[in-house]
Amino acid sequence: MSTTSSTSRPGRSLIALLLILVALGGSIFIQGATQVRLGLDLRGGTSVVLQPRISAGQEGKVTNEAIDQAVSIIRQRVNSLGVAESEVVAQGSGTNRQILISVPGESGERVVELVGQTAELRFRQVLATGGAVDAPAPAASTSATPAATPAPSGSTSGSKLSKSAPYFADPAPIVTPKATTPASTPATDAQAQAVTAAGELLSQEFAALDCTKEESTRGGGGDSPDLPFVTCDRDGTARYVLGPAEVLGTQVKKATAAIDQQGSGGWYVLLDFNKEGTTKFGAVTQRVVSLAAPQNQVAIVLDGLVVSAPRIISAITGGSAQITGDFTQQEASDLANVLKYGSLPLAFDRGEVQQVSPTLGTDQLRAGLLAGGLGLILVILYSLFYYRALGLVTVGSLGLAALLLYLTVVVLGENIGFTLTLAGIAGAIVAIGITADSFIIYFERLRDEIREGRSLRSAVENGWVRARRTIIISDVVSMIAAVLLYIFAIGNVRGFAFALGLTTVIDLIVVFLFTKPIITLLANVPFFRDGNPLSGLDAHKVVRGTTVVKNEKGSN
Amino acid sequence: MSAKLSFGDRLYRGEKSFNFIENRRRWYALSAFLIITSSLALGIQGLHLGIEFKGGSEFIVNKAGVTVPDARSAMEKANVPGDPIIQTIGSDKVRIQTGVLTSVESARVADVLSSTFTVPKNEIDTRLVGPSWGKEITRKAITALVVFLFAIIIFLSIAFEPKMAISAIIALFHDVWITVGIYALIGFEVTPSTVIGFLTILGYSLYDTVVVFDKVRENTRGIAGGSRLTYSGAANLAVNQTLIRSINTSIVALLPVGSILFIGTGVLGAGPLKDLSLALFIGLAVGTYSSIFVATPFLAAMREREPAMKALAKRVSVRSGKGDAVSGATTAGSQSTAATVTGERGPRNQPKRKKATKRK
Repeated sequence: MSTTSSTSRPGRSLIALLLILVALGGSIFIQGATQVRLGLDLRGGTSVVLQPRISAGQEGKVTNEAIDQAVSIIRQRVNSLGVAESEVVAQGSGTNRQILISVPGESGERVVELVGQTAELRFRQVLATGGAVDAPAPAASTSATPAATPAPSGSTSGSKLSKSAPYFADPAPIVTPKATTPASTPATDAQAQAVTAAGELLSQEFAALDCTKEESTRGGGGDSPDLPFVTCDRDGTARYVLGPAEVLGTQVKKATAAIDQQGSGGWYVLLDFNKEGTTKFGAVTQRVVSLAAPQNQVAIVLDGLVVSAPRIISAITGGSAQITGDFTQQEASDLANVLKYGSLPLAFDRGEVQQVSPTLGTDQLRAGLLAGGLGLILVILYSLFYYRALGLVTVGSLGLAALLLYLTVVVLGENIGFTLTLAGIAGAIVAIGITADSFIIYFERLRDEIREGRSLRSAVENGWVRARRTIIISDVVSMIAAVLLYIFAIGNVRGFAFALGLTTVIDLIVVFLFTKPIITLLANVPFFRDGNPLSGLDAHKVVRGTTVVKNEKGSN
Repeated sequence: MSAKLSFGDRLYRGEKSFNFIENRRRWYALSAFLIITSSLALGIQGLHLGIEFKGGSEFIVNKAGVTVPDARSAMEKANVPGDPIIQTIGSDKVRIQTGVLTSVESARVADVLSSTFTVPKNEIDTRLVGPSWGKEITRKAITALVVFLFAIIIFLSIAFEPKMAISAIIALFHDVWITVGIYALIGFEVTPSTVIGFLTILGYSLYDTVVVFDKVRENTRGIAGGSRLTYSGAANLAVNQTLIRSINTSIVALLPVGSILFIGTGVLGAGPLKDLSLALFIGLAVGTYSSIFVATPFLAAMREREPAMKALAKRVSVRSGKGDAVSGATTAGSQSTAATVTGERGPRNQPKRKKATKRK
């Protein structure tokens, strides 16, 4: 950005600014975003920070994949509360990440209860399956949601009816699974009979279970590995009666997603068991391989919910199995991650639990806005007092910066889920000072140039070249601070760093595209050009051999 | 035509001048006193760390009329280990802090408080921090501080000549130490918000130093070849010339920070707003002080040791006919301040001023 271009064409900068405003405004209008998303500390709710660690008695490292898996397990549990705008995210970097849960308007205790349990992986034999709800029961939940459509047994996802059901295979080449792959065989007819076999109590539970309800897909463990139990799949599209746990997640040695090199098949998951797992998995596959569907299925159960229930088409005694089933790359690696996670389940330490009451939230929001308003007014008064008419430019610039900030926060809230927290408001208020300082640097430079005997018009340009350098250095310092604070965020104060960085960028935009062009335009207005005492530009020129000369036009 | 000169005009011209550099021993003594006091306070009293760092539990009951004894008897009913710290916040809140509680214990406290004072449970603000989390937060805060200082040192070394970088870094440590000392001495609570505010202000006050040094560099360009102004004199003039800007900057920074502090303390009583703005307020004050009274005098003292600058001081002292070379620019005769601003613009713009402007 050279000086000359901004000298000759202040209009161009102003148009660029207008375009930015129109773009932000337009994006808000198109997306229909109207409100700033407020953080929990401004509207009440509970936030929990969990510190993942390897559960007791296990050895190994906390991996990124494991944390991602933990996030999705906890998300599954939290979503079952049915509270809108609940969030579960991993925060921080590397393996030192924490899991941050925020649930608006919820009491702390319930959320804490929800996340306390370690999620475990188990392999259980399927005894019976069914649709999401017991079809003949015309009870409360009949007004069938789409999800209530019976799904084929063992399907990982109810919507993919056309896909073949996954099955376990021995990776040894003797078996040719492809050839024997039939279309999915829904086992609905075998259902009633199997349930009876599983016992009266289970059958009642099975009938009562409604997988379309949110609390049914909460998971959260609580299932005893030694007993059969009734549960849903993760998506809430199918019910299962499952036998006792046959193989435990910790007996899985390795799991990877791979693609069939012959090119015929798609993605599959390769699974290796340790010694104990090999024996047990061998036994269960031998036992169920000849049974009728669905009892020849072995369900992979994570956190009490069925992730997948592949059929067994041959006894697998070699300690490594292959799960095939028309997977996409994503599905295969998701399943592999579930299995990997199961081999080394994470436990969570409650790091910090914070419950903010709606009262405090409202108070904090009000206080934040009040402090911002007060700070803005004080700075405006001061700059009017000190810089007179020039102070009006400050007022305009600060107003514009505030508008830009508001628009950006709304747009970011809509697009990347940026929420405004109390710390964020504080960051924005602190930035008022930083923004105003840019003007002070420029205005003082302007006065210095006038003191050196320049006309206003040339002072505007010369002062700008020098002030620009200082403004950029200052904003670089602010940016370093903001970026480092963001990276090393302590507690929940990332919002502060983000707001500080954002306002620094806005400061640059405002100073370059608004303040400077406006001053250039004003330099042609006689009131300013002639250094009227009220203009804020009545600094006095110092000329060799004379005493004090009022700044006059044409003196240079 | 003569007009009344503003304070800013006179500072710029050197008519009005404060001897920041000449009097540096006075400021050094003050800083030394502050640093020793800080060290003592830190050693004897230590920092009052918030529960975020130590681990612990905090409950705030939002109800007017609940007194400290009421809350104490309620806490006795809840029967949790340790002696709770109870205080009222504003007129309608009571804050209870305890040590680390298990989730069963904290649930019991919430139950008891809710039933004793008949407030719904979600109207009790709670914060539970596990002990290992507190350690994690402490570790992060220290990491942040160290990385921050390193980044700033690297930035300064790139942006400035080495001696300027050293002076700015010394001023930086000066600021950190004294601010920490003030916290220890008064016993303000240190929370993550405090640390954040503190780091922010480090950057900000550093930038104040950047502006002063920028001007020093401008005023001292090619100075060794001249004979009118010593390095200290030119540096002192730079501090004076940027004084108005420093004051204005500090004021416009303090106004919003002050209003957060005012509202945060007055309306909310306690919490992140107060912690953040208090740290900003103290850091800002210390930072402004150090950029004027510590960083520049220190820089001048270092540069004056250089042979070229010694020779310059000698020439200046001969020229002004006085023994006191250091104060040349600020107090001595007519020529000294005329050399103020950059020689690059030619004689036309060389400021020159009336004689005998010595004002003492």
